[in-house]
Amino acid sequence: MANGAKDKNTHAAPELDEAQAAHPTHDPGHGPPPEPGFWRKYVFSTDHKVIGIQYGITALLFLLIGFCLVMLMRWQLAYPGEALPLIGKLFGEANMPDGVMQPEFYNQLGAMHGTIMVFLGIVPLAVGAFGNYVVPLQIGAPDMAFPKLNMASYWVYFLGGVVMLASFFVPAGAAKAGWTSYPPLADIETMGQTMWLIGMLFLITSSLLGAVNFLTTIIQLRAPGMTFMRMPFFVWAQFVTAFLLLLAFPPLEAAAIFQLMDRLAGTSFFLPSGLVVSGEVLDVAGGGSPLLWQHLFWFLAHPEVYVLILPAMGIVAEIIANNTRKPLWGYKALVYSVIFLGFMSFIVWAHHMFITGMGTTISAFFQVTTMIISIPSVVILSALFISLWGGSIRFTTPMLFALGFLPMFGIGGLTGLPLGLAPTDIHLHDTYYVIGHFHYVVAPGTIIALFAGIYYWFPKITGRKMNDRLGKIHFWGTILFMNGIFFPMFIQGMAGVSRRLYDGGQVYQIAEPVIHYNEFMSICAWLLALAQIPFIINFFMSLKKGEKVEANVWKATTLEWSAAPSPPVAHGNFPKLPTVHRGPYEYSVPGHDRDYLPQDEAPTVAVER
Amino acid sequence: MDIPYTVTARPDTGVFNAKLGVWLFLASEVMLFGGLFAGYVFLRIGAPAWPGALHGETYAHASEVLNVPLATLNTFVLIASSVTMVMAWASLMMKNFARYRLYMGGTIALAFVFLIVKVFEYGSKFEHGLFPSESNFLAIYFTLTGLHALHVIGGIIVNTYFWGPGAKMWRTDPKRFTNRIEVAGLYWHFVDLVWIFLFPTIYLL
Amino acid sequence: MDEHTTASAEDIRKHVRVYLIVFAALATLTVVTVAVSYVHLPILPALVVGLLIATIKGGLVAAYFMHLVSEKKVIFGVLIITAVFLVGMFILTLSSFHDQEGIMTFTP
Repeated sequence: MANGAKDKNTHAAPELDEAQAAHPTHDPGHGPPPEPGFWRKYVFSTDHKVIGIQYGITALLFLLIGFCLVMLMRWQLAYPGEALPLIGKLFGEANMPDGVMQPEFYNQLGAMHGTIMVFLGIVPLAVGAFGNYVVPLQIGAPDMAFPKLNMASYWVYFLGGVVMLASFFVPAGAAKAGWTSYPPLADIETMGQTMWLIGMLFLITSSLLGAVNFLTTIIQLRAPGMTFMRMPFFVWAQFVTAFLLLLAFPPLEAAAIFQLMDRLAGTSFFLPSGLVVSGEVLDVAGGGSPLLWQHLFWFLAHPEVYVLILPAMGIVAEIIANNTRKPLWGYKALVYSVIFLGFMSFIVWAHHMFITGMGTTISAFFQVTTMIISIPSVVILSALFISLWGGSIRFTTPMLFALGFLPMFGIGGLTGLPLGLAPTDIHLHDTYYVIGHFHYVVAPGTIIALFAGIYYWFPKITGRKMNDRLGKIHFWGTILFMNGIFFPMFIQGMAGVSRRLYDGGQVYQIAEPVIHYNEFMSICAWLLALAQIPFIINFFMSLKKGEKVEANVWKATTLEWSAAPSPPVAHGNFPKLPTVHRGPYEYSVPGHDRDYLPQDEAPTVAVER
Repeated sequence: MDIPYTVTARPDTGVFNAKLGVWLFLASEVMLFGGLFAGYVFLRIGAPAWPGALHGETYAHASEVLNVPLATLNTFVLIASSVTMVMAWASLMMKNFARYRLYMGGTIALAFVFLIVKVFEYGSKFEHGLFPSESNFLAIYFTLTGLHALHVIGGIIVNTYFWGPGAKMWRTDPKRFTNRIEVAGLYWHFVDLVWIFLFPTIYLL
Repeated sequence: MDEHTTASAEDIRKHVRVYLIVFAALATLTVVTVAVSYVHLPILPALVVGLLIATIKGGLVAAYFMHLVSEKKVIFGVLIITAVFLVGMFILTLSSFHDQEGIMTFTP
């Protein structure tokens, strides 16, 4: 029986030739099902490629929305109390009377910026879009293991996004307690917080469905010959990421259920006894603990950082190997590092909580693990840097973004070290330094890598290449202005400016020497928005008019390029399921006339062992 | 192109897709209930007394507030439903579809018994003014058993589907249908397993 | 190949006997744990006995009803990883109390 299944896998496919597979016929016994209608094909599709594109478009829109929110905040920070010209009055009397931003609205924007960027923008783009589209292709699978679950995962995510956006329109607006939703503040918040929790439950469910699907797909559907140590690094990154999502999200779900109970059923999971709100003792049973929320929240939210960064590292690794035309330096070290990183990410969470009074013994433990987790990160980054050495680098647009990722993530990582040690963290906690640090990891780090991925895989998805000149303008604008926004934050943060001040620090005397950076940072933020215009134009123009390219435009070795047409076959990805003969990065192998050796190319006896 | 290993096991892993999938899902469920239990233990360690004061009276044991006999009855009901569930699968393995229907029907019926007992239990708590907002003890009790009850309802929906419309697959693809029942069984046994830990930790300790 | 998918009817009958024995064991242990609870042991022994019985019962369900006794390595891999993180979550979360005696019992 086992052989039967294997045979079916390897030998059934050749019966279909390419044309047949692309235009399915109604072969009742074996062929693909009849062409689905519009709704089935583009909206409620179970094809991982369509779902990946749906994820991608939705996530890019959410990234734009999240960015717009912060551009509004940056107005208030640069020119506190001044009316926002032209569009200020659009936000209503309650939020911006006469165009002047209210503190409550600023808090809504802050909380929702974080939530949207992390849970609705970057994770869906990195995992939902790239993971969905690329992983089955890279491992040689006809689809995800559970296509219907995959569709459900997208639509639950979509619902979560709708709930989050709708929360702006409920009485008193969206959640205002920050993306971390710390109680007791979040417990006594207005209705927007309940919407936030419900939205999160949707997003958590979506992530869990996705994670189950990814893990099963990678474990079960690898093509013949695709052993674990022959998987592209991107697949490894997605594999570890899926484990993080699977095991780290449920405790946050538990915490969200507790908080929902606190808000709707009047329980006191997170409300301590004798809590005074607006001068009066809160009428609740008490006995709860805000610390409990922080433990459960950060049990997810720290691994979540790696959910953001690991797929980005995977994308960068793919692009660097491809554009240096040589194997990745230390593939095995990279794989073991990413596994170790995933494991360690579960036991460092309380370094976010050094000033909560949780005790010095536990602080000491978490400082040690935090220092340890920097080791695999450094191994990965170093391996990627060393991979550049001696390569004949092609400075394509995706490669520029991938190269941009390396130093930017480096800055993000190194500035994290002082935050991982309690003595320095106590000074820096809750200042702009923290904002600068994690934005370097997430914005010039992860988002840059995601852009690299878009430029890299665009020809795979559409069969057309994006414009290089516009791509380079986009790259230089983005990298320049991102640094312009985030670097001054380190300076402000070290001077002690709190991240929570809605006037940017005007009322704080200590902020005076560094407050003038606010205007510069805001202008950079708006210029960063302008720098995205070439990308948006490029994206849509290339869809229609981009240069048509061959299937393997980058001359890459991995299966998605070498074995599948661009775009891949609608039903089943490959005209013929590939068999894998070698590792993922066989570039510039001596004794070959081409400088790349695809994973699925049958070995020729004379050259190979 | 069909997705491989939906019915037969992949040779090197030895499992079919859905079995791995449901175990991964159960792993996340372990972490969900683990998070809830961690919250329970965290709050209980910090509390001066447990269950503590309720309506001016102080209780030393959970069994003085909660109805242990009813919960014991429910434990038997749920264990019995686990046995009927595994027997339903075994009947399919022995190609006896009529017996499968019988045992699966029994599983669903027992799940309903569990929920009805639960309704009476909750009802009498509410009658005595014992709401989740009264104390952290009651909050934990209602949240954890409530979420477990939601899982029971989910199981009823799945099992009813496989008892009724979903059973059509037995005629077209008996092996795949048997796999589905095995996988549904894994979920149902997990719901039983959670109760096995909930019962002593909330009612008895 | 998966043992259960190729098992003969005779094997299944043997399984059924095992299921009934497990059922009897679970029922007995339930009675025992309830009986012990009425003795009102001090909290520590009560906790040990209660959790021990629950673990045995849960183990029986997992081993026989969920077929873990004859399950494949990949499933065990998933479960071991989960167990490690579960234990880590418990120990680390609760160790907040290690040098924080009384911080949670604040009364106004």
